[in-house]
Amino acid sequence: MALSGKPSELDSKMANLCEFSGKKLLASAGIKVPKGKLATTVDEVATAFREIGPCVLKAQVPTGKRGKSGGIRKADSLEEATNLAGSMFGMDIASHEVKQILLEEVADIATECYVAIMNDTRTKGPMLVFSTMGGMDVEEISQQDPSQMIFKPIPFGDSISREFLKETIGHLPLVSDKMLDTIQLLYQVYRSNDAELLEINPLVITSDGDIIALDCKFILDDSSIYRQEQLEGEIAPEIQTELEMRASRSGLKYIELEGNVGVIANGAGLTMTSMDAITYFGGKPANFLEIGGEAYTKSREALEILLQNPNVKSILVNFCGAFARTDVMTEGIVKAWKELEPDIPVFFSINGTGYLEAIAMVREELNLEPYDLMDDAVIKAVEAAG
Amino acid sequence: MILRKQHRVLIFGITGKQGTFWGAEMIKYGTNVVGGVNPRKAGQDHLGLPVYASASHAARDLDFHTALFFVPPAACKQATRDACEAGAKVIICLTEHIPVQDVMEMITIARLNGTQIIGPNTAGMVTPGEAFAGIMPGFNNKVFKEGSIGVISRSGSLGTLVCLNLVQSGFGQSTFYGIGGDPIIGTDTREALKHLYEDEKTKAIVICGEIGGMAEEEASEFARTIDKPVVAFIAGKSSPEGKKMGHAGAIVSGNSGSYKAKRSYLEKNGIQVADIPSQVPGLLKSNDELRLQ
Repeated sequence: MALSGKPSELDSKMANLCEFSGKKLLASAGIKVPKGKLATTVDEVATAFREIGPCVLKAQVPTGKRGKSGGIRKADSLEEATNLAGSMFGMDIASHEVKQILLEEVADIATECYVAIMNDTRTKGPMLVFSTMGGMDVEEISQQDPSQMIFKPIPFGDSISREFLKETIGHLPLVSDKMLDTIQLLYQVYRSNDAELLEINPLVITSDGDIIALDCKFILDDSSIYRQEQLEGEIAPEIQTELEMRASRSGLKYIELEGNVGVIANGAGLTMTSMDAITYFGGKPANFLEIGGEAYTKSREALEILLQNPNVKSILVNFCGAFARTDVMTEGIVKAWKELEPDIPVFFSINGTGYLEAIAMVREELNLEPYDLMDDAVIKAVEAAG
Repeated sequence: MILRKQHRVLIFGITGKQGTFWGAEMIKYGTNVVGGVNPRKAGQDHLGLPVYASASHAARDLDFHTALFFVPPAACKQATRDACEAGAKVIICLTEHIPVQDVMEMITIARLNGTQIIGPNTAGMVTPGEAFAGIMPGFNNKVFKEGSIGVISRSGSLGTLVCLNLVQSGFGQSTFYGIGGDPIIGTDTREALKHLYEDEKTKAIVICGEIGGMAEEEASEFARTIDKPVVAFIAGKSSPEGKKMGHAGAIVSGNSGSYKAKRSYLEKNGIQVADIPSQVPGLLKSNDELRLQ
């Protein structure tokens, strides 16, 4: 079942930097990047071309599918550059509209390598990924020859040691001292900017043995945004519906789906489970909306957002309070319900912290009987949505 | 570790709103809370217990086993260093939204000191009839009863629902093991499963997992080598790909971490997977000796 209204890219919901912003971080750390200029209009493209000459036009959208979607094109003349720019601006690449184009000088490529530093859940630390077969997808390299991909956990620290790098990749024929320098600098960029992933593909070795980062993918760990002020304004905007944006502003995590059973639950795990139960009993969830954790006092805003979605035909309120007190959450819902008087059936299931007070409130204020079991509330909500 | 009645617990952030509410519930339940930490309220008493400037200060006066963190994200690294140096055997870190690279550093510090970290972003541990530490309704007897089922959960709310279903069907829990919803956690599913396998009281284990990552898959590799039954529920079957579903750990990229891939991997390793939480007791029922009474 397709649950999302739009093709959803892995990158589209994360704190992601466009290539141009990522390269600024690389350059300020001392890593070489091609000479480039950012343009937002065809006129600016022309100005940039006069300065750079024959170049590559690269659509600045935070997704990995640019090359295959026509978002990276070579231009040898001014006319070619402006024509290409004319067709690239406004283009849709994986639901991102192209608004900026980076013009870059053509690099002198002898060899393309792949390098990434990322947070690794299994080893609970940073992971170095390296290959001398760069330029294509990691998946492609792994398929063609898995032995060409080196994965090595990096001992956590402020820097990556030379000895570690020599041991890990020093034996490879193309790896020079300059390459090791560059990877040490990349680790600095990863650490000082709280990256979740820093991927350079390709990392180019030129015919004179210089090392140049030709592309840059940077995903920020979004728990770190508060201490990465230098990245403010650099983070690519998420693709969101109007309601999703409104929810974000209220500090709520809301994702619009295609179904008609509205869901309000606390905690990510229980919210996903509520959606799964709706699907299991033959219905379709209208949304993911979580009011657990620190957002458990925001049940009123949550209900208001939910009611804005015209597809919603019934509502499931499923609370299983641990940290989130069900009495506090229920009070918000009940008060808002009495004020807004929505003409939609609602079905409650309430358990956990504060449940006795919460159930009493629903009985007294709304004249409704909460279900003891989640399954019963879900079945009723699915039936009512038709 | 399995939380026991005798384990002495030091609560970081005991004087805050949540620390006070949950601290009082824990003490009422029988958890052996011995004191609290808050640098600004050192020397005071709170909930009838002494408050210290740091764990190192507390360690001069008393022994403690477990440090429980009600600590803001930016302060968790320093609190970890303090707790580890003061000799904590276990840190239960409830805090959500700690920068991931700080979590990596916390885990590195803990490893050097031989301390186990549970969490971050965990709802805590409950050993029914003995003690609870965290933000789970341990005191609610519809949800928790003494018994023989070990429950591992990334999520507090889903864990609560599964525990409720167990009690409704006549089961009880040996322990609830909240491991946390973050992508990088001190004790992962596989390690928690190992602790429950080694626990004599635990006769069967329920893994409450979520889409994203490979933690449940790795745990299933261990599950196939042990003689205790393991069943699972995996949340997120109907969640769209590529979106973070509240928990930073719950994200599907490509085929990795998808519901389908996860479920078939677990089943291949002999773990039965419930479609919805209320089916979990049924999967356990074939093991009659596990029933209460």
